[in-house]
Amino acid sequence: MIEIDGLTKTFGRATVVEAVSLAIGAGEAVALWGENGAGKTTIIRCVLGLLRYRGSIRIAGLDAWRDGKRARQLVGYVPQELGFYDDLRVHEAVRFFGKLKGLRINDVDESLARVGLGGHGGKSIRQLSGGMKQRLALSIALLADPPVLVLDEVTASLDACGRAEFVELLASLTKSPGRATLFASHRVEEIDVLASRVVTLQRGRVTSDVDAADFVRRVGARNVLHVFLRGDRVTDALEVLNTSGISARRNGRGIFIAAEPAGRARALHRLEQADIRVEDFEIVPAPAAKETTP
Amino acid sequence: MSDAMTSSLSVRDARPPTFVSTIATISGRELRDALRSRWFLLYTLAFAVLGLGVSYASAASAGGGVSGFGRTSAGLVNLVLLVVPLMALTAGANTIASERERGMLGYLLAQAVGRVEVLIGKFLGLAGALLASICLGFGVVAGVLAWNGAATKPASLIQLAALSVALALAMLSVGLLLSTFARRTSVATGAAVFLWLAFVLVSDLGLMAGVMTFKLPIERLFAISLANPLHVFKMWSLQSVDASLDVLGPAGLYAQETYGRWLHLMFGASLALWTAVPIAVAAVFFSRRSTP
Repeated sequence: MIEIDGLTKTFGRATVVEAVSLAIGAGEAVALWGENGAGKTTIIRCVLGLLRYRGSIRIAGLDAWRDGKRARQLVGYVPQELGFYDDLRVHEAVRFFGKLKGLRINDVDESLARVGLGGHGGKSIRQLSGGMKQRLALSIALLADPPVLVLDEVTASLDACGRAEFVELLASLTKSPGRATLFASHRVEEIDVLASRVVTLQRGRVTSDVDAADFVRRVGARNVLHVFLRGDRVTDALEVLNTSGISARRNGRGIFIAAEPAGRARALHRLEQADIRVEDFEIVPAPAAKETTP
Repeated sequence: MSDAMTSSLSVRDARPPTFVSTIATISGRELRDALRSRWFLLYTLAFAVLGLGVSYASAASAGGGVSGFGRTSAGLVNLVLLVVPLMALTAGANTIASERERGMLGYLLAQAVGRVEVLIGKFLGLAGALLASICLGFGVVAGVLAWNGAATKPASLIQLAALSVALALAMLSVGLLLSTFARRTSVATGAAVFLWLAFVLVSDLGLMAGVMTFKLPIERLFAISLANPLHVFKMWSLQSVDASLDVLGPAGLYAQETYGRWLHLMFGASLALWTAVPIAVAAVFFSRRSTP
């Protein structure tokens, strides 16, 4: 469904993506994994025909640049953070973007209800939270069941709770036997739930292309839990965790907790027992071992 | 996805939007956006209020009557020369640059749209807003003058409004060209204001300096005037209202005697070129350029 062959993108003298080749078939969900600047978003922008590039990108046989309009007709896209027309009402936005896809939308409310925005159709977009805007973008992306879905770090602007809910929603709505999904992420939990394959990028080059379950097993064990706390509770938290035999160290307003996946819940439970409120958390590659190629 | 949600079950079955329907969707959106914006309201109000002021002042100094209306028209021409280009240039310059800056342009272009469709859609939407603003401004002036029993020539006012729209389209096109190049709204707006100043002030002063310094012959002076859309608008409006260009002095007389009836065509062609060429250049540039 998506065929990328020898994709190279340069900005001035800097080569951001170099000779990337990749094929994504119907029913596959491929995650692009890598640190910031690895080239994930650039590849996605090339696929969407937003950037000129060298090499070839075909979507269902259509050239992503030359046949851009027809190719994008087959694509649903959710960006990292939605820059929408703020004065538009939610139902107007769905109708507007539906029209651009050549669709006449009969029931906007049903479309919104699928992503948990039922009853919000009359609100202006500026009234929506970040999470709700992402749901709106997903609702628009899924209009009329596109065969290709492209997601660009869609949870990056959400808090931990919003992230978990949105990933759950993505998992329930985006998996389809006929659909090819390409998404950029640097969160193992997203890859665990959404991906069937993981392509790792380093400095714009593909360094590995592996099965998602295998990737999660190898990388997950090397990750740490990054917990955000109130500044005055960090010392207490370190003491609680270290006395419980859990390895933890300070990192600014938070702490890094090195634990196997099963041990992370125990660490959070200990903090809760000690009445230390966790404001947010994320699972990130261990700072000392950011190289994540399995 | 259920049938109730969309009339087509899948985008694979949906008819791809045509060139015209995409342009219509985008221009409709742009028009609504512009009509709801503060700039539209402010410019329209300013244009109407200043138009009324100019009309009253001109009519009062001439003691009313139809000759008074000739002065009113001349005053309105000068007002249009200042307000309309500024309004159109800034509206055009802001449209793409601001969407690029706010991250909306990338999202829009990631949809099933062509870049030329986006550009033309934006042009038409803003043109509609400018048309509404100019018509409202002239309408208010005409209405209040008529209400007060002042002499008006509706045909002249309509002509003047139509020529103002033609000038607005040319300036909008130039503004859109600026917008496709500028990465930031502030840069686009700054460039638009600079161009406005250049058209309004520098070109007049430049012509005067040219005449005095280089002893420019009259035919060259007229040719240079034809290259400035504001000069073209001024000459065309005065000719339409007065049926002569005497008021412009020797250059006007020369043009009148040399080109006669062809002047309308020459003025029209100049404004048409000022509309078509910038938007064509913008379309080529916008279509080939990556969207950051």
